[in-house]
Amino acid sequence: MDEEKIIVCRCEDITLKEIRDLIHEGYTTVEEIKRVSRAGMGPCQGKTCGPIIAREISKITGKPIEEVYKPSNRPPFGGLFFKEIVGESNEE
Amino acid sequence: MKNKASIVVIGGGITGVSIAYNLAKAGVKDIVLLERKYLAYGATGRCGAGVRQQWGTKQNCILARESVKIFENIKDELNIDIDIEFKQKGYLLLAFTEKEWNQFQKNVQLQNSLGINSKLLTPDEAKNIVPFLNTDNLLGAAYYEKDGHANPFLTTIAYAKAAENLGVEINKGVEVLDILVKNGRIKGVYTNHGFIETEKVVNAAGGWSQNIGKMVGIDLPVYSERHEILATEPVNEILGPMVMSFSYNIYCQQTPHGSFIMGYGPKERTTSLRSSWQFLESMAQKVTRLLPPTKNLRVVRQWAGYYNMSPDHQPIVSKCEEIEGFYLAIGFSGHGFMLAPAVGILMKDIILEKKLSWDVVLDIGRFKRNEIIKEPSVV
Repeated sequence: MDEEKIIVCRCEDITLKEIRDLIHEGYTTVEEIKRVSRAGMGPCQGKTCGPIIAREISKITGKPIEEVYKPSNRPPFGGLFFKEIVGESNEE
Repeated sequence: MKNKASIVVIGGGITGVSIAYNLAKAGVKDIVLLERKYLAYGATGRCGAGVRQQWGTKQNCILARESVKIFENIKDELNIDIDIEFKQKGYLLLAFTEKEWNQFQKNVQLQNSLGINSKLLTPDEAKNIVPFLNTDNLLGAAYYEKDGHANPFLTTIAYAKAAENLGVEINKGVEVLDILVKNGRIKGVYTNHGFIETEKVVNAAGGWSQNIGKMVGIDLPVYSERHEILATEPVNEILGPMVMSFSYNIYCQQTPHGSFIMGYGPKERTTSLRSSWQFLESMAQKVTRLLPPTKNLRVVRQWAGYYNMSPDHQPIVSKCEEIEGFYLAIGFSGHGFMLAPAVGILMKDIILEKKLSWDVVLDIGRFKRNEIIKEPSVV
């Protein structure tokens, strides 16, 4: 398959090729790739792309996957509207 | 990694890379930068990404003004083709109390005298800039259209690449364990990857700068505060400027990517970098009251970071009097990202013993001399 057509981060629309290019450029942690490319910053918070990116890093650098993938789970888990927090009393 | 360096810069945030770049640009060879994790791991990568020139002290105004000149021409300055997403759509600062309003009048006068053409606005004029702004109890606002935003990660990487192009060695994943001092002089740095012989060390470790100070036996007058921040899903552009209120204790902007970033400081001295539900709830109340359409935004992520606070909320860019060869770029009090381009130049001036590029007093001796003027405009 064409790595330019494989979407790794669906939230931010980032392809496998972009991820591999970043790893070859020296960004060899999931956190760095997130900061440079926004992969994993969308609504799913890297739940889908995180493990895939980690696998790519592990394959290219030879580092064990446990060393590469230590996700920092940041709240809120599922994405929340402000209006769900403040309630309807704040509605105009 | 080299085992000998002319200068070791500790910290791979925006301040460290800017200092390394400016030293290399001035012709210094064998500079080594050490970063414990990865570039922009600490405060830089966790910051609000705002760039403002509307300050209440001369020093902060000058540093910000000069930094914006560099942000505006960053590709030419660094000779690097990275888009740092610099946007200039202004900062709108809101005054809800008489005290704030009086302060804004003084600030604007000071800023104007330094070539920063900020202005005071009536609540109606503020509404012209942000039509959905809730102006209840608003006395007025201050606005400068040349303030804005830049992407902290990409700016850090741009500076780091430019530094590397000039010969700087940047080492990620290298932790400083101790610093060797003999007879009051720096002799080297112990790391988890070995010893580096050097006579000059720059402490640009941000939230961890006190720890580095302790390694040379100095108790630095800074401390780290945990501040919290969140980001929403991207939406079409509805908000141009950064909106900020000191009495609400909030800042909120829409990035060029479309997401909103907003934060405030609970002012906690804690070593935790976790985010709290209390922050999310409190921020939801504040932002939906001030900018009602934000209630339809979905929060996707929240996090925390350190403000490295100095006693007067202005940076300490200085040599250390007690230890020969030890330099400090610390205490940015939440504004290190936006001031870093100018700070890199000042530190270069100090290390190379040149006249400072601008008339500012940022040495650590100012606290002893009791010359401090506290920055009044901090969130």
